[in-house]
Amino acid sequence: MRLWQLTVLFNWPLRLINKDEMPSTLTEADISNGVKAIAEQIGQCQPDGDFVLVGVRSRGDEVAARILELLSQKGIEVPMGLLDISLYRDDLAHLNSNPKLQGSELPFPVDKAHIILVDDVLFTGRTVRAAIDAIMDYGRPAKIELAVLIDRGHRELPFAPSYVGIHLETQRLDYVDVKLKDTDGVDLVEVTKKNEV
Amino acid sequence: MTRKDLLDIESLRREEIEHLLDQAAPFKELFTRSVKKVPALKGKSVLTLFYEPSTRTLSSFEVAAKRLSADVTTFDVAQSSVAKGETVRDTIATLQAMRTDYIIVRNQMAGIPLAIARATKASVINAGDGAHSHPTQALLDGFTFKEVFPEPAGKKLLIIGDILHSRVARSTSTLMRKLGVEVAWLGPGSLVPKHGPSEIKRFTNYEEAMKWSPDAIYLLRIQMERQSAPFFPSLREYTKLYGITQERFKRIADQGTYIMHPGPVNRGVELCDEVMEYQRCLIDQQVENGIAARMAVLYWLKPNTGENVRPIEEEPN
Repeated sequence: MRLWQLTVLFNWPLRLINKDEMPSTLTEADISNGVKAIAEQIGQCQPDGDFVLVGVRSRGDEVAARILELLSQKGIEVPMGLLDISLYRDDLAHLNSNPKLQGSELPFPVDKAHIILVDDVLFTGRTVRAAIDAIMDYGRPAKIELAVLIDRGHRELPFAPSYVGIHLETQRLDYVDVKLKDTDGVDLVEVTKKNEV
Repeated sequence: MTRKDLLDIESLRREEIEHLLDQAAPFKELFTRSVKKVPALKGKSVLTLFYEPSTRTLSSFEVAAKRLSADVTTFDVAQSSVAKGETVRDTIATLQAMRTDYIIVRNQMAGIPLAIARATKASVINAGDGAHSHPTQALLDGFTFKEVFPEPAGKKLLIIGDILHSRVARSTSTLMRKLGVEVAWLGPGSLVPKHGPSEIKRFTNYEEAMKWSPDAIYLLRIQMERQSAPFFPSLREYTKLYGITQERFKRIADQGTYIMHPGPVNRGVELCDEVMEYQRCLIDQQVENGIAARMAVLYWLKPNTGENVRPIEEEPN
């Protein structure tokens, strides 16, 4: 049995719980296990370390930094970059004020690189679309994969993650609020239920 | 935090100025990529309306708008209906009918950008109006100054030249003071206004001004076209009294004082050739930063398009 299959098993309790009883929070331990699961999967599939991590700002960068740390403990040393996708969002014309830019830092050639994009939550897939477009403007990577801490479903674009930490069952209008230590001072995921209008 | 128009520096709050200066940096980063363009303003239209000749500011705005993927149209005033007698008011009605999203306007009369801003739903950016204001020049100057001095408060900036007729001097002085920079003016008595903020030191003597030991010197271009009466006898005398001559440049280089200039420079008038080769001459940096600062402004403003808008969510996920 492959390790990633184990992690699917690892998440089985979440899948068996009735929707109404779904836990509305994930703790520090859950988050930590989620990050470990991603690092395991990546380590298993890419043992030669011939790839780079790119964290999507904000919070995807923090998840990527934690994965980087765990991979390093396994002896896999890879470079890491940061990506700000704000300028590539498809909803800028519909916002009453544009998001504050944090800037991107990709300290390696993107041409021919195998990039593993890292984000905290995968929801509609629109951030991934923006991130891929942003990366393509830096060069032509050999391959882009996607690692997410939480996959909460409800895709609006045809994307599937390559590495997943936690599968979280949600309603489309639920709000998933991720807090991570470096950004928010605490590791906590809270799901706020919202009824369809 | 956003606005519809950028008309002057005076009405911007300090936080807004600092926000714009911070946001210019990530735009400048883009210039090192192979693709310098981002899709932030895809499908938006930008119209440039310059009633005064300009090459640098106009092309800087054009490059900025194009790097944001906007469609840019130049309303060539000199060749257009304006030359045929159309009034500014009728031009505004025409522009409104064109449903453009951003209008960048330069006019020899102060207040024209404001009049246009009030009459249209488009975002209006003042690219210089008379002796009133040139806000994007001030922002690029502030951005350049902050790159050299990350903590600008308490630093000293000496502006030399025709302060009276200069919208650059006015806007840049205001912005610098909002950042806590100490500002002084130096020029012929007839060209340094007595009115205006009392915190700005006034000098009429070069040696005296240098004793104040500025961290940067901002040279203004002597604009013969803006003076209707003679304010000083000759260019030669101006250079002798206030120009950065070879002799004065040696001292500036020894002290490591930075040099800024809004361009285009009059070599041999405000400055000698050596200044252009000086390591701490920031003129080229100002040009590059102008594009980044103008991108930050275009990205910050929101036209009043009447589309359904919603508050920002941090990420769409």
